[in-house]
Amino acid sequence: MVSKPHGGRLVDRVARGRRRELLLDEAKELPRLEVGFDRAVDLEDIAHGVYSPLEGFMVQEDYLHVLYDMRLSTDHPWTIPIVLDADPEELGDVREGDDLALTHRGRVLAVMRVEEIYGWDKREYARMVYKTTDPKHPGVAKIYGMKELLVGGPIDLVDELPNPLERYTLWPAETRVLFRERGWRRIVGFQTRNVPHLGHEYVQKAALTFVDGLFINPLVGWKKPGDYRDEVILAAYEALVKHYYPRNVVVLAALRMNMRYAGPREAIHHAIVRKNFGCTHFIVGRDHAGVGDYYGPYEAWEIFQEFPDLGITPLFIREAFYCRKCGGMVNEKVCPHGDEHRVRISGTKLREMLRRGEKPPKTMMRPEVAEAVMSFDNPFVEA
Amino acid sequence: MSGDKVAVHISKELYEKAKKYIEEQGGFESVEELVEFVLGEVLSEEGGEQVFSEEEEEKVKERLRSLGYI
Repeated sequence: MVSKPHGGRLVDRVARGRRRELLLDEAKELPRLEVGFDRAVDLEDIAHGVYSPLEGFMVQEDYLHVLYDMRLSTDHPWTIPIVLDADPEELGDVREGDDLALTHRGRVLAVMRVEEIYGWDKREYARMVYKTTDPKHPGVAKIYGMKELLVGGPIDLVDELPNPLERYTLWPAETRVLFRERGWRRIVGFQTRNVPHLGHEYVQKAALTFVDGLFINPLVGWKKPGDYRDEVILAAYEALVKHYYPRNVVVLAALRMNMRYAGPREAIHHAIVRKNFGCTHFIVGRDHAGVGDYYGPYEAWEIFQEFPDLGITPLFIREAFYCRKCGGMVNEKVCPHGDEHRVRISGTKLREMLRRGEKPPKTMMRPEVAEAVMSFDNPFVEA
Repeated sequence: MSGDKVAVHISKELYEKAKKYIEEQGGFESVEELVEFVLGEVLSEEGGEQVFSEEEEEKVKERLRSLGYI
């Protein structure tokens, strides 16, 4: 039995058929609010049930509950406020109870029923969610750049963003059918934004030993310069799965979702999202969703103690390294040998090698994976 | 038995454990309330799957087939 959706029911706010036509017609007469790429991505994730039980952007009661209690007003665990920002002049005469057309680059993406318009304290948001008010933190910087008001209410999606990775995109309703078709009852989710090295493979296989299937779910979409391009990550994973995993134990699908770098709170968020995809287990990395040194290396593990009712089991697997004496990938818990025998895998070092066109050693990366990455003229996002 | 309720028997050992759990953890007024909650959770999990119409499910499967997932 795959995991029950968070809140009990998988949300579907995608308008289809006649209802979609009616909403599109209605939208022609509605006031419009232009949203940026990040909010457009949130819209898709809400509509497709990735953020179940959210039916739209948060109203103040939920916002404050999430900020201070890490729960929705219904008491379901939820750690990241999902909010829509706007300036008073953009909203004009829009009042609570009105419908609003949400556009991106001029195209109507969704219709929203405005339930509430309210003010917010960005510094307080940063303090509670990011545990820092430092504008150098990339998540905090984004919050400080947002507008003065928040608009809460349910949405109906009438159009999708262009998706260059459509063939890799699966939504929760689809993965649930897929897992059932494969006869999987216990599924572990793995979140990533990188090409896989041997350490990732070790962690995934350690988890896979105890469950029926592995759901590799890279986050795609927004990237910063120097990150691996989305198509490179997917090609690298395809190579790994083809050469090093048994048939039919892995599902690889991309997810366009905003990365917030909120460390421990975001680890919970990532787990909830994978629960909605049907996962029963979720691998939580060391310094999961962290950035710089804002969070302790195991804070993202400790926070799970506060959520015994999460409905998905976190798996805390220690970082792996190659031990020359053991002759394989191991971790601190199972290897008695000293540092002189250990080859630690550094993502930065790997990136530098690949950038120079140098194939990383087999103790760090599978040759097929390295070849897949190096088959791209430039595997990295340009500045 | 009163109203819509029926009696269920559980072992004394389990009953004592449940009672101790409530004393230590709180959140429930009685063993009966705890049992109702746990059973409710288990049973709602069984029925928690999204129910597609046959046509909708076939559409999903078609897409999964076309992408090579099944």
